Amino acid sequence: MYDTGKIILGILIFLVLATSPFWYSKATGQADYLPDPVILTKDMPGKDVCVMPTDYMRSSHMDLLNDWRNSVVRDGERKFVSPNGHEYKKSLSNTCMNCHSNKAEFCDKCHNYMAVDDQTCWSCHVEPKEEL
Amino acid sequence: MLEKALTGDKRYWGWIAFVLIMIGAGAIAYLRQLDQGLTVTGLSRDVSWGFYIAQFTFLVGVAASAVMVVLPYYLHNFKAFSKLTILGEFLAVPSVIMCMLFIVVDMGQPFRVQNVMLYPSLNSPMFWDMMSLSGYLFLIVVIGYMVLSSEKKGIAPPKWLKPFIIISIPWAISIHTVTAFLYSGLSARPFWMTAVLAPRFLASAFAAGPALLILIIFLMRKLTRFDAGKDAIQKLAVIATYAMCINVFLVLMEVFTTFYSGMPEHMHHFEFLYVGLHGNNTLVPWMWFSSALAVVALVLLLTPKFRKTEVMLGFACIAVFVSIWIDKGLGMIVAGFTPSQMGEVVDYWPTLNEFMVSIMVWGIGLLIMSLLYKIIFTVRGETEPIVAAKEDKKELTVPSN
Amino acid sequence: MGIDRRKFLTIAGLTTLTTLGKTVLGSSPAGHDPIETGSQAVKRLAMVIDMVKCRQNEGCTECTKICHKIHNVPDIGNAKEEIKWIWKENFEAAFPNQHHDLLEDNIKNSPAVVLCNHCDVPPCVKVCPTGSTWQREDGIIMMDMHRCIGCRYCVAGCPYGSRSFNFRDPRPHIDEMNPEYPTRSKGVVEKCNFCAERLVDGLLPACVDICPEKALTFGNINDPESEIRQILKSRHSIRRKPILGTNPQIYYLV
Repeated sequence: MYDTGKIILGILIFLVLATSPFWYSKATGQADYLPDPVILTKDMPGKDVCVMPTDYMRSSHMDLLNDWRNSVVRDGERKFVSPNGHEYKKSLSNTCMNCHSNKAEFCDKCHNYMAVDDQTCWSCHVEPKEEL
Repeated sequence: MLEKALTGDKRYWGWIAFVLIMIGAGAIAYLRQLDQGLTVTGLSRDVSWGFYIAQFTFLVGVAASAVMVVLPYYLHNFKAFSKLTILGEFLAVPSVIMCMLFIVVDMGQPFRVQNVMLYPSLNSPMFWDMMSLSGYLFLIVVIGYMVLSSEKKGIAPPKWLKPFIIISIPWAISIHTVTAFLYSGLSARPFWMTAVLAPRFLASAFAAGPALLILIIFLMRKLTRFDAGKDAIQKLAVIATYAMCINVFLVLMEVFTTFYSGMPEHMHHFEFLYVGLHGNNTLVPWMWFSSALAVVALVLLLTPKFRKTEVMLGFACIAVFVSIWIDKGLGMIVAGFTPSQMGEVVDYWPTLNEFMVSIMVWGIGLLIMSLLYKIIFTVRGETEPIVAAKEDKKELTVPSN
Repeated sequence: MGIDRRKFLTIAGLTTLTTLGKTVLGSSPAGHDPIETGSQAVKRLAMVIDMVKCRQNEGCTECTKICHKIHNVPDIGNAKEEIKWIWKENFEAAFPNQHHDLLEDNIKNSPAVVLCNHCDVPPCVKVCPTGSTWQREDGIIMMDMHRCIGCRYCVAGCPYGSRSFNFRDPRPHIDEMNPEYPTRSKGVVEKCNFCAERLVDGLLPACVDICPEKALTFGNINDPESEIRQILKSRHSIRRKPILGTNPQIYYLV
């Protein structure tokens, strides 16, 4: 192999640069905490449970939201019946955000931590006014 | 073979640097458009397509016109075009890419472009346009690459390539036909809703494309050792002449039908282009300039003495190209939207930002074309002596008119 | 090796073809599946606009105001980038084929309320390359803002100028945000949706509700007993550019 030294050095420099964000957050301790989303309820209309069990929501809320979006927009199907028989209106702004009424303390906590870009939702759907 | 584009003299790298600066400057304008939206363009709710879509339309024509060298060579065995087919294909490659980019820069949500594939809508000509353009790009890249690499090895192109080449001929016609269908199927826009739109697009493409190719041949002869030969140039000139005649003929057909029938909804668009409407005559001088150039071009091309003089032919080709660029690249799209559905004339002229974004796309096209042409000439410089082209010419004389 | 390259390519190719085939054959663009409404046959929503009543209230823009307010329609303040769902237009602009110079003054000079015609044969739906705009079974032409790529082909295809494009982020131009309805992002097309979000709650479109002259009537045009059918039976009505074959579902009483 020609220029072995240069190639190995190049690979090393690349690896250091490519992994530098990890080293940086390790060094600054940015990634050492776990996000702690808080539910600040503005208005819980007689239902003290979520539309689906917490475990499911934790792992798959985005799938549920996508599913709601498609069925509301494309099929005009706006009613959702939860496993425990409650009926909900499929709506991010008008159902989810009624309980999870503080986006900054709830959605953003994990989304920022995981660097999830949820601007595609919030550039159109209106988040509730923060009252603290 | 691609590495041939990476070696070159100062002049070559200077040109590449210039093109990269074009792209960079335009990219800044495009970032601004991404950030602020299409408000940075001159477009409006009434004239909702403009310079970008017009460039797209014009360039589909340039891409399709490669068929004008491919067809005579492969179907009629016209040997003088043997060195030109790759030039034609490699002019079509950057043209198709520019077409696609002009569509993308025109989109309000360019990051969702994959939706066209995810939710294929067979009732939309835009879906078919995307299919035909990407299929054509695939065909000409494969054909161009295989023909050139065979030429490099000094062997005949592989047999399996022949069907690709044959298919590419009707396919080239299809890309511009489907582009015309984008417009001519809209009952909402009387200016476009005419059956001669597709034939007219093809005729103007087959005039502008070969005219551009002749100009490129002249330029390449100055810059490289490449020479297409007089027969090839004259044949291209004859093709451009026929196509330009048909193009002008079809425009006049349109004018007769519109004005003799006298339907206001059809006439208003032509009035906007040629005499102005409601006091707006933004495009009037351009359209008359385009018409004048068309007349000049026809006189020069139809007179054998002028057509056979290279300087005159050069002028004629510039006239053809500019005339058709104004017609398709400025007038065609805007006139379809003017007057609007409410009968209003809303002024449109591309903004500086819009123009710079177009510079970016043209720059990308020029870059790809420069790299591809560099590969062609380097490959040929290796495989052929300097005078090869001239010997060719002696062997193959074709009756010229 | 259990599977060689050729076999893999064959399987991959066939799978793609099957999927494509399903997508193609499974979709029915602009199809009407019958819905039994309980009364007559297929439900088909339409609107009648009584221009005689409307012109009694010159300068009234209540329908525009309420519609734009509840749907978060921005006020860009720039005619070229204006977003409009329902608005007043000159008679000649709205009805170029019905206009002539000697038309009675009160018709010629009074503006017409225009909005999306929710055509039975919608050209916008035909041209949309992504299915972002489509026709519901009840005839409403809907928009999916999540899917729209902003190509503006529908704007070119609409003969009525009913579609608006968001040339910029609309949010800074919305005075009072209605949190119950989304705004749009820049780069998508929007238009009147016949208040689909109100219809599910059993409400009438907001413009119909608010009109102080009660000039707008909304209902199922396929039901011979419906109010709009009774009106159309008894009064002369016209439609915008009917010659184009789009079968617009906004009827005007002149």
